[in-house]
Amino acid sequence: MIQTEHLSKQFDTFLAVDQVSLQVNSGEVLALLGPNGAGKTTTLRMLTSVLHPTSGWARVAGYDIVKEAQGVRSSVGILTEQHGLYGRMSAEEYLDFFGQVYRMSVEKRRKRVDELLQQYGLDQERKRKIGEYSKGMRQKLALARALLHDPPVLLMDEPTSAMDPESARLVRDAIHGLRSANRAIIVCTHNLAEAEELADQIAIIHHGKIIITGAVDQLKTHLLGAAQFEVHLGKSYDIHEHALPEGALLTGQGADWFRYQTATPLATNPAVIQALVERDIPVVGLFEVPRSLEKVYLQAISAANGDEQLIAAGDAAVQPGGEVQHAG
Amino acid sequence: MLDSLQRALIITRREVRDQLRDWRIFLPVILLTLFFPFLANFTTRQVLGFVERYGANILAERFIPFLLMIVGFFPISISLVIALESFAGETERRSIEPLLSSPLSDAQLYLGKLLASLITPLVAAYLGMVVYLVGIYRSTSWRAEPMFLVLVSLLTAVQALVMVSGAVVISTQTTSVRAANLLASFIIIPMALMIQGESVMMLWADYHVLWWAVLALTILAGLLVRMGITHFNREELLGREIDTLNLRWMWRVFKEGFTGNARSLGDWYRHEIPHSLRRLLIPIGWMIFLLVAGTYLGANLVTKAGISAGQLPLESLKIVDTQVMDRFRQLGFFTTSGVLTIWWHNLRAVIIAMVLGTFTLGAAGALILVLPMLIIGVFTGVVSLTGISPLTVLAAVLLPHGIFEIPALVLSGAAILQVGATLVTPHRRQTIGEGLVSSIADWTKIILALVVPLFLVSAILEVFFSPQLLVKLLGMG
Repeated sequence: MIQTEHLSKQFDTFLAVDQVSLQVNSGEVLALLGPNGAGKTTTLRMLTSVLHPTSGWARVAGYDIVKEAQGVRSSVGILTEQHGLYGRMSAEEYLDFFGQVYRMSVEKRRKRVDELLQQYGLDQERKRKIGEYSKGMRQKLALARALLHDPPVLLMDEPTSAMDPESARLVRDAIHGLRSANRAIIVCTHNLAEAEELADQIAIIHHGKIIITGAVDQLKTHLLGAAQFEVHLGKSYDIHEHALPEGALLTGQGADWFRYQTATPLATNPAVIQALVERDIPVVGLFEVPRSLEKVYLQAISAANGDEQLIAAGDAAVQPGGEVQHAG
Repeated sequence: MLDSLQRALIITRREVRDQLRDWRIFLPVILLTLFFPFLANFTTRQVLGFVERYGANILAERFIPFLLMIVGFFPISISLVIALESFAGETERRSIEPLLSSPLSDAQLYLGKLLASLITPLVAAYLGMVVYLVGIYRSTSWRAEPMFLVLVSLLTAVQALVMVSGAVVISTQTTSVRAANLLASFIIIPMALMIQGESVMMLWADYHVLWWAVLALTILAGLLVRMGITHFNREELLGREIDTLNLRWMWRVFKEGFTGNARSLGDWYRHEIPHSLRRLLIPIGWMIFLLVAGTYLGANLVTKAGISAGQLPLESLKIVDTQVMDRFRQLGFFTTSGVLTIWWHNLRAVIIAMVLGTFTLGAAGALILVLPMLIIGVFTGVVSLTGISPLTVLAAVLLPHGIFEIPALVLSGAAILQVGATLVTPHRRQTIGEGLVSSIADWTKIILALVVPLFLVSAILEVFFSPQLLVKLLGMG
């Protein structure tokens, strides 16, 4: 549904996007992560045929972004970082105006406006001026605008930024719902938890380049190594490396807990428990040590920067309770 | 075409509705539509009462149409504010981005916004004029000639169009309303001067000059609309984040334009200068036409002004006496400092022409350079009255330095016209700034490589040889 090959954009002397290659299929959500000024918004603008690429190509919903710009714009719904609503219009008028812009018939417009206003809980406020709306309401209205013409491709730039938790949840739930409707979605966000929750794929962009891309679990394995498991014991026990079965590597321990890393948890985890039981050591719990996307992100960015100190943070020990302790 | 207009009107309807909901626009429009015409009516009645006491009825006759024009102009001055708000304001608030991501074309968006910026002020202006005319008719029974009404209505419309289309060009070069307002002085000052000129013509009742003003403003509006359509595009509107003066970038563009691919001075003269000259072929043609037309017009002015041989001391003109050479010497001729003075004078004229040309799309710059030929034309016309052949007079005035000076004038004028043409018909992939810097680099190249040496040779000839030839050709004493 969305495919880009070596897409680049240069403004005067500044290379904003550098050889970006991406693929997002129907029903998939790609989270585009990166620091401010990394090239996320410029990438989205090229994918809506608003900016011309300097080099490379992309197809969106089957249309070439340069040669078939009108087709692209008709097939894309975009939620911009700044929603850009007209404060003196009501929500109903606003959506009706965009319905006309997208050449929808009067009946279709009315039906769709009613649907969307109800879906996003704005039905009661449809006659109120948008200028009087709260930030969350405005964001929901902007999302309704992006979905008005039922586009197969949805591009969202910071969809929940500066929203209260309740509104952010509503928007995230909406994005979940949209994925099931066979849309290809790209979400640019700084909110890593949100990206982890929503995205099937993550792409991290830095200085205009995609430095890493893949599914969340793939990235975690790739950047943070094999999964780590933590075992909590019923009594104090000093475990040694040789006490663990083959395939488990001891990575940390305390009086009544220890942690190990394994690439084959299906085989190793039962063997660890069995070894402990054979030694009459009660096992209170065994769980996978959470590895946040934040760690993956920091690791990728620091690797791209060649920043040794931050790379070390990726190898930091994780204390019981999951907190990251940075090296150094 | 009709479909495009319909889609543009979607934008127009929304914006007009929005304007009428904005008290900052609505209130002044109402005031200027109703209050100001009543005030103008009151003023007119007072003036009529006053001048009648002294029998100066002609003042009253001129004052009524003058105020009609002013009543129409005041509401359209708001069109500038509306246009800046519509174009720069939407860009600043980012509300333009969803529109740019929609299937509307750049031209549809431009047209929709242009119409929206024109409709409210023009309707207000015409309503105000009707209110004024009805009031005047009731109090003085004065009725305007239909053609005069057409003239004032057209003048009002094209003035509004010039302001709006100028505002669009400004808006595409800024990212904030504040910056756009600052740059709007480039529209406000010329328009203020224009209105003053039109007022003089109104009070003079020289209405046919105002028809020329309508034509000139229509051409200017056409050029500005063309510029606006070229620059009001997605790439330029969203590719610019902040208004910065990037001197390093400007220098780089200038240097690229100036040196091109040349590796040495010889290489530059052999390849880059001919390349620039090829680009200037059309403006060179225009400049030659303007110079010839200027000379012809100057010569014709003498006949038009009704100057006859009897009115001039032609006998003394026919006799170029021996003292003339002494007078030339007193003026600095036949000296090296005279060469430098004339050389610098010519260069200064070219630089001033360039500065003026940059702000007037090349027009004022080229016309300034035509001025000497107009004067030579007048001189030729006057001297021809003595019976001397115009060609002889031209040869006496222009030779031999003109052989070098006229090509220098043509080249510098053509380079200035090229700067104007770049502004009006820029490349799609070039910003106004980039086009302007490149064309200034081209102008500098032509001036340094050709015009400066040509002017120097011409100044030497003018100081040491032209006076002698002048005396030989015209002298009879």
